[in-house]
Amino acid sequence: MAMTTSDASRRQFLFGSVSGLSSVLLALRWPAILAAQEHAKRAKASGLPAQFQFFSPEDAVEVEAMAAQVIPSDDAPGAREAHVIYFIDRVLATFDRDKQPAYTQGLKDLRHRTQELVSSVNRFSSLTTEQQIQLLSAIEKTDFFELVRLHTIMGYLSRPEYGGNYNQTGWKLIGFEDQMTYHPPFGYYDSEYNKGR
Amino acid sequence: MNHSAMTKFGHKTPVDFVIVGAGGAGGVVANELSTAGFQVVVLEQGPYLHAEDFTHDELKFKDVFDAPFIGREVLTNDHALQPNTFRKTQSEKAELTAFAQYGRCVGGGTVHFTGNYWRFHEVDFAERSRWGPIESTGLADWPITYADLEPYYTKAEWEIGISGLAGANPFDPPRSKPYPLPPLPVKSSGVLLERGARKLGWHPYPAPTAILSQSYRGRSACAHCGFCEFFGCEWGAKSSTLASVIPMAEKTGRCEIRPNSYVRKISTDKNGRVDGVLYFDVQKQEHLQKAKAVVVCANGAETPRLLLMSKSNLYPQGLANSSGLVGKFFMVDLGSLSLGTFEHPLNEFKSVRVTRVVQDFYDSDPKRGFYGGGGIDARFEFYPIGFALGGLPSDVPLWGAGFKKALKENFNRTVTVFSHTTCLPLDSNTITLDPEVKDAWGLPALRVTYKSHPDDFKTLRFFRDRSLELLDAAGAVRKWALPIEDTTAAGHLMGTCRMGNDAKGSVVDKHHRAHDVPNLFIVDGSSFVTSGRNQPTCTIQALAYRAADHIIRMAKAGNIA
Repeated sequence: MAMTTSDASRRQFLFGSVSGLSSVLLALRWPAILAAQEHAKRAKASGLPAQFQFFSPEDAVEVEAMAAQVIPSDDAPGAREAHVIYFIDRVLATFDRDKQPAYTQGLKDLRHRTQELVSSVNRFSSLTTEQQIQLLSAIEKTDFFELVRLHTIMGYLSRPEYGGNYNQTGWKLIGFEDQMTYHPPFGYYDSEYNKGR
Repeated sequence: MNHSAMTKFGHKTPVDFVIVGAGGAGGVVANELSTAGFQVVVLEQGPYLHAEDFTHDELKFKDVFDAPFIGREVLTNDHALQPNTFRKTQSEKAELTAFAQYGRCVGGGTVHFTGNYWRFHEVDFAERSRWGPIESTGLADWPITYADLEPYYTKAEWEIGISGLAGANPFDPPRSKPYPLPPLPVKSSGVLLERGARKLGWHPYPAPTAILSQSYRGRSACAHCGFCEFFGCEWGAKSSTLASVIPMAEKTGRCEIRPNSYVRKISTDKNGRVDGVLYFDVQKQEHLQKAKAVVVCANGAETPRLLLMSKSNLYPQGLANSSGLVGKFFMVDLGSLSLGTFEHPLNEFKSVRVTRVVQDFYDSDPKRGFYGGGGIDARFEFYPIGFALGGLPSDVPLWGAGFKKALKENFNRTVTVFSHTTCLPLDSNTITLDPEVKDAWGLPALRVTYKSHPDDFKTLRFFRDRSLELLDAAGAVRKWALPIEDTTAAGHLMGTCRMGNDAKGSVVDKHHRAHDVPNLFIVDGSSFVTSGRNQPTCTIQALAYRAADHIIRMAKAGNIA
């Protein structure tokens, strides 16, 4: 389809937010990385610090708190349960490495904003849910928020081998399955249609 | 096939034909010429991927906005290496813009395409005669008729493997043979299109599709995995030239597909005849492949660019460009996108994209007050990430509980109604060489100048309105349409080396031979005189079969080299 201006600006953003990846990085073995992250997660569960590649454990908690407001946990699992934070850490260590400064600066700004909102608190993750939503609403037009939003969505809905969408959490929410084959009927209306024949 | 066992030709001994581009047209011409006994080298700028390279990975391949989320373009041209510049009119300075999109791998655009396989109608070849001149356009008749091309449409459908139901579309032109394969099973989007269209008195029909509904000539039937448009088919069921005719060409032992070969110039001898092609290999080493004749199948943007880059003392305006029309009348894939949500789950992520089409408004109609027409299909134009970023109505929150709820409720209940409409040929819409910007090989970047004719906008609005009516009639709970605005990126690149009988008014003759150069042929979307209704692959391939027939006849009679 020919793209209209508004699509193009969105696309421009996508282009702008994801940079070129060398063939070396393309050759990285995601399953191996996932295994490493799983190991780290288990280590965390047993009381040891998680091993992030880019984030400090403190920053990871902050970014995860943001992601958890983009796709919150309610009756269905959200970004947190989908391990989106592992996905984001991974992309910042690999194909979106050039976005590291945006996170570093963005988290610094987030800390200031948090203190402006509640002077006694300097961690976004320590705010109440209502306060977090209030703060994010105030910064939702910023490049940093848009980047976290994009990474959260990518981490929630991409192949689990990339480290997010844990246990296909995101795919289960939207009703998507990845299979090599399907057989008709595929959906409600074609099922009804064929019954009527 | 074992690659090391494949045919290899040397550079210095001229082969009978070099074909530039292994896409929808180049693959067909390669198979026809090599089957007829000629030695053929096909130079493809992209890689040679195979079914096992095609995975269900939305990050790596495509999102709905045509850009992969990670890394470089896999199946299409990479604007980081091959920048385009774009401007709306010739008075503006062109800016870096990822405008032209095309397949860049063996199989070209047929690897990632939807597979809509629409024949042109009879009127498409003679609209200038039918409607008269249209102000500020270069609307012209084709030098051939539908009847001339019909046998080759049939040949394409049978050689490549097309599924469809002959006679189901009352607006279809006459055909000499049915489709080789029955239609693919209808999806919920198709049922809803059919339901809405019938209610409105329109005539929906099973989509003619370049995807195998049953196994065919040793290839597997579609397994309905759902990773179809924007993706390569890991089953080989999509009838790309990669899966269909290119393996046949290689089996002749007379066709070498040479991937990662980026052509920079077609060389000519002192008599003005082409004698070979200069290209860069994957290490950017330059080679000259000698040939007795050259067939350019590089698409509607790269073909004129290559001809313009091939200028010489004998051809100061560029090769085959005595008319000055190389690069002019550039046309693109216009269409409107409307969306609707429905009560029950559709599960549109399964199977092929399109199963029903309606062409009641295909023909232009003076009563509408503008020139132009189109066809409409129903599909789901998204994969999960692309849907979350661009598939929800604009009043849905972009994050938070409301966003999550909409994702959950809409992903499996959304249908896209996609119209494919006329793009008028204007001589102000062009492909030229950018005077400043260079690509990664130091060659002048593709410069696009494009602005739609006012009638094209009227056509788009008309089709958006029909699409919304259709969604209503089908029982949509909610419906909305994407805005219709100036085009800043496009595929389906057409018109830039138009065919015609008059050497002053066209670039190639009706047999696709360049008017200026007897052993140069040009066969791809650039040959189009008009856009049809912007589903060009079927006609590109029919033209390729027809051109190949004539090239073979001329070559055997000693009239080429």
